[in-house]
Amino acid sequence: MSPLKISWKSLWSKPLSSALNIMLIAFGTGILTILLLASTQIGQKLDNNSKDIDLVVGAKGSPLQLILSSIYYIDFPTGNIPLKAAQELAHSPFVKKAVPLAQGDNYQGIRIVGTDSNFVSIYKLKTSAGKFWSADFEVTIGSIVAANQKLKIGDTFFGAHGLTGSSDIHKTHAYKVVGILTPQGNVTDNLILTNIASVWKMHEDHEKEEAAEHHQDGKGHQHEDGTTHQHDKNQRPDQGPQNEEKEITALLIQYRSPMSVVMFPRMVNQSTNLQAASPAMESTRLFSLIGVGVDTLQWFAALIMLIAAISVFVNLYNSLKERNYDLAIMRTLGASRSQLFCIVIFEGILLTLAGTIIGILLGHLVLQLIGNYQESSQARLSGFIFLKDEIYLFAAGLAIGIFAGIIPALQAYRSNISKILSKN
Amino acid sequence: MISIKSVSHSYGHAQNIGFKDWEINNGEQWLLLGESGSGKTTLLHVLTGILKPTAGEVNIDGTSLYSLSSRELDQFRGRNIGIIFQRPHLIRSLTITENLVMAQSFARLPADLKRVREVLESLGIAAKKNAYPNELSQGQLQRVSIARAVINKPALLIADEPTSSLDDKNAHAVLDLLMQQSGLNQATLVVATHDKRVKDAFTNTYELR
Repeated sequence: MSPLKISWKSLWSKPLSSALNIMLIAFGTGILTILLLASTQIGQKLDNNSKDIDLVVGAKGSPLQLILSSIYYIDFPTGNIPLKAAQELAHSPFVKKAVPLAQGDNYQGIRIVGTDSNFVSIYKLKTSAGKFWSADFEVTIGSIVAANQKLKIGDTFFGAHGLTGSSDIHKTHAYKVVGILTPQGNVTDNLILTNIASVWKMHEDHEKEEAAEHHQDGKGHQHEDGTTHQHDKNQRPDQGPQNEEKEITALLIQYRSPMSVVMFPRMVNQSTNLQAASPAMESTRLFSLIGVGVDTLQWFAALIMLIAAISVFVNLYNSLKERNYDLAIMRTLGASRSQLFCIVIFEGILLTLAGTIIGILLGHLVLQLIGNYQESSQARLSGFIFLKDEIYLFAAGLAIGIFAGIIPALQAYRSNISKILSKN
Repeated sequence: MISIKSVSHSYGHAQNIGFKDWEINNGEQWLLLGESGSGKTTLLHVLTGILKPTAGEVNIDGTSLYSLSSRELDQFRGRNIGIIFQRPHLIRSLTITENLVMAQSFARLPADLKRVREVLESLGIAAKKNAYPNELSQGQLQRVSIARAVINKPALLIADEPTSSLDDKNAHAVLDLLMQQSGLNQATLVVATHDKRVKDAFTNTYELR
């Protein structure tokens, strides 16, 4: 019968107060676990999505909004930019790769993004089935889109105007699924990708559609539905030169050399009517904004832990008064002072350790639940990821147990058994 | 052999209590008689190594108790001295068997369930071995506390007022058990009491005045 077993049995003999202490500690640890996991995962997701993109060029406005809309696909775009200006930037010597993005439509809340093959190479996309989009109105869909919308190759659907909602459906053209991406673990899992011309055509009258065909350097394309479009050439008499009319939403840029970091954004912001925003910088800024809330919650959780520690202390201290006689009897049976010390401090450690373990597990479980109910699948959190940092939570739990138990344990160590025994 | 030599103790500035020398041969059964406040508990605590006297020496089977270190004294007490208190006090969170095994392990002896059963059987409470203390009657608890005192076959068995809260019938029953157990375990028995009912059972008496 070791001191540890005596402590264990003693805790079980007062299940209610033990449970209360464990709950308090589990609650505090749980909140800390959730904060730790969520902030780590959000940070990783942010990095993952902007990994190979050095700069985003878009219309003037909030740089954070530009990043959110063009990298994470959460906020609305800042506006459109002329294709011509974008093409000039894309051909700049500072630029290694430039990816045009055209947003504006959705299907069941999933963004339809018009882009080109550079998007595939910058995100290193692969298809698990079918092929990448090539002709107009062909789409390649992310793995999560395929799973959630039950779309498969050959299926067709209509896009709706805007980034959410399905009231204003473009009935003239149907998109056709030609490929499904392998799971990438980033935003592309939740996107519908097509070519830019398709997005344009959805919004423009047919005359512009033809212009887009020319713009595609004579590659041409074929409609599945051939002649069903209405050709009404006289609707827009004030139409200007084709390229200047064309607009895209944003341009993702990969630099050619580190030198570009200094030169290129300044060049864009000063010499053009456009705005350049760095994903890394804006992510950091966003994170520092969220960080304030995380800090507050962390203090809150630490406060709960402190209250838990005090509760464990009071519990041990009070029970020590009742158990004084028990401990004195143990001494008469041959227990040493240090054994009594261990019995008392083990009780504190067992309580906090149990609380910590339950708290960590609870934190994971709750985060998984949160992830399940999250609307935005772009930033879905998972509870099944364990971090090395959680060992610190464990250590903190242990420290609280020792902290709460040390004074009662010292009292047990120092107690004068003759005095206690002669009182009864 | 157990002896106390020129032992005296004083609590703080209070009056010094002196005890006359006492020698007990192995296997003897002694009555320690004295009114409340005569220093009976003090002498018992001195005798069991719980209270270091201001002066004097206590010797049990050649070991001078208060020359031992605190840890050695704890262990010596666990192995060689069994104490029965006026009111039986067991650890509530442990079963009867666990209470006895705990006494074995505090004396740094291996857990010996055979010995536990043997002692419980000799006291007629083997049926309660897996019960918790709060499920037992006062009389049964008293038996368990005797069992706990003799579990490690101590050289000295000390009972402090074991009968004072009992009626005549139970007082005699407990006394019989103490005598029987001290004989069975070849332990020297010292019963401290102010209860005149038990007087006749003993031939050796150490009286405090």
